[in-house]
Amino acid sequence: MKIHEYQAKAILARFGVAVPRGEAVFGKEEARAAATRLGTSVVVVKAQIHAGGRGKAGGVKIAKSVDEAAAAAEGLLGSKLITAQTGPEGRLVKRLLVEEGLDIRQELYISFVVDRGAGAPVLMASAAGGMEIEEVAKQRPKAILREVIRPETGFEPFHVRKLVFGLGLPTTVLHAAAAFLESLYRAFLETDCSLLEINPCVITRDGRFVALDAKVNFDDNALYRHPEFQELRDLNEETPLEVEASKYKLNYIKLEGTIACMVNGAGLAMATMDIIKLNGGNPANFLDVGGDASETRVKNAFRILLSDPNVKVVFINVFGGILRCDMLASGIVNSAKELNIKVPVVVRMEGTNVEQGKEILRKSGLNFTVANGMKDGAQKAVKLAGK
Amino acid sequence: MSILVDTNTRVVVQGLTGREGSFHTQQMIDYGTKIVAGVTPGKGGTKHLGVPVFNTVAEAVSKTGANAALAFVPPAFAADAILEAVDAGLPFIACIAEGIPVLDMVRVAATVRHSKTRLLGPNCPGIISPGQSKLGIMPGFIHKRGNVGVVSRSGTLTYEAVGQLTKLGIGQSTCVGIGGDPIIGTSFLDVIRMFHEDTDTHAIVIIGEIGGNAEETAAEFIKEHVTKPVVGFIAGQTAPPGRRMGHAGAIISGGQGTAQEKYAALRRAGIHTVESPAEIGETMARVLRGSRAAFSGRPVTGKTSSQPAKRRKRPRK
Repeated sequence: MKIHEYQAKAILARFGVAVPRGEAVFGKEEARAAATRLGTSVVVVKAQIHAGGRGKAGGVKIAKSVDEAAAAAEGLLGSKLITAQTGPEGRLVKRLLVEEGLDIRQELYISFVVDRGAGAPVLMASAAGGMEIEEVAKQRPKAILREVIRPETGFEPFHVRKLVFGLGLPTTVLHAAAAFLESLYRAFLETDCSLLEINPCVITRDGRFVALDAKVNFDDNALYRHPEFQELRDLNEETPLEVEASKYKLNYIKLEGTIACMVNGAGLAMATMDIIKLNGGNPANFLDVGGDASETRVKNAFRILLSDPNVKVVFINVFGGILRCDMLASGIVNSAKELNIKVPVVVRMEGTNVEQGKEILRKSGLNFTVANGMKDGAQKAVKLAGK
Repeated sequence: MSILVDTNTRVVVQGLTGREGSFHTQQMIDYGTKIVAGVTPGKGGTKHLGVPVFNTVAEAVSKTGANAALAFVPPAFAADAILEAVDAGLPFIACIAEGIPVLDMVRVAATVRHSKTRLLGPNCPGIISPGQSKLGIMPGFIHKRGNVGVVSRSGTLTYEAVGQLTKLGIGQSTCVGIGGDPIIGTSFLDVIRMFHEDTDTHAIVIIGEIGGNAEETAAEFIKEHVTKPVVGFIAGQTAPPGRRMGHAGAIISGGQGTAQEKYAALRRAGIHTVESPAEIGETMARVLRGSRAAFSGRPVTGKTSSQPAKRRKRPRK
């Protein structure tokens, strides 16, 4: 789960991480009032969207007066921000963060992330603050410091020393760095982050470490431990159909093609998208209906797939193990009748009671195309989508 | 032979009396798996499905001689269940649960690393040595005893591949689902090493997916050491970057972990790659024919012309 920068900073502040003073605002006059309250000679007005690359795209404005802050807010609110991460359609700006400007001496990149290979959290840092870490990794991989945090012992003072001396920072910042990093790591653990990225982390002229930006992603699997995070979710940042699917606990990701897929199991669902593409078609979505694929789930899945106006054909690909094909077939037939489905439906079933399942589909009187195997199913779906 | 589980595997099921535990345990008993105990705290001393139930794993192990655990426990309690099985000294535990918080798995993986236990999963279908023992939720009837080892990060996609093999009359030595999470107990590399050592495994199917670099690591080992033919498929060639494709571990992040990179690594290792998931079985059939031809002295190119596997010292883990 992703959250906005201002929400991330509020959470980090609770753990003692230094962040600039600032306020989230939703309108021009609110921005003016916030800038007045801040009272600094420079304020920064930042668009709040769930995508990086805002600075380069013009989503961050420096204002040297209250009027300039209000004008910047007016310009940003309601505009479409197109960054390297938003895709060509961009994102509508509805919230802003108005912050104090800081006297910056140096900018760093700092993040904590769970590393799959190490099976442990890793601290990553570089002196190239403000640059995307992927870019740094490509251009100067040696400029990135990578410290594995052993879960048995945790974050230790030597990690701080390796970072400070490794990045060539002066010894005088050791204490400030230690306090900052320890708070950051505690926030990472206690809020179950999958990523906590501070880019840039700045060292001010007076030697303080401050999180100038903050990107926090929570581990979806751990959200049950943090029910209070639910209210941080911004549905405007998500695709409407994906929001709808999440209500029914369906794993759905919208894509650009015309062939809707309904599959049990994530691996098979990806493989189904792949085989559609391989046969000249384009998948409209990823959808894993789950291992049980009950009639209710199938019905909800159909409803969501068919809400996508691009869909020309539905391809159901199910390998019934524990799930019986005859039960699945009944679910498909009932859903199709109830929802009055007009687009062609290609069904490929394999596994337990597959012959009975096919028989149910054939006898239903509905326009199902029954396929033999994945390849046959994909070819039939592509052909029907091309009509 | 086979790897990890066979007719000597004596299983304790954690969460035996729950809905999932009951259903799948019955299926396993019907398949012939030796289920010797169940654990449900508070229900010790009773019997369920004819299996004695204990309050703790340690008690179940000492009373029944169980040598493997299978956890059917909800994700919020799964980390604890795994650690209890490690504490009981079991050499092998498989965990089916999907949705364990990744920082829980960080702790668990650290403890498992320092123990004598091998963990399979989580978020996996389990493991089956056809005709011998099934620890998991896969449908037993699609399998056939034989000599192809299958290892995969997926559930139903593995069934798909196994189904294709069985239809072509190609049996399996052991099929291992290693799980779709970012942090798992047993990697592709671990399983490939075991298949490499196993005299009953003559060929290997590896089914990967986007995210991480476990396929690449395994491919490196295959390139250096494995002379048995390997067929490989990677799911997610059409997956958009930055999106979690169902499995918590199936995500292309920062341009890393794409299917293209993985295919390239597999090809460099001389693995017979398959782009269509419908052709995993056929490809293995073709490779096996070529392999037999190689042994009979006819010229065949690539991996299939290799010598029988060299015996190497068994790796620790």
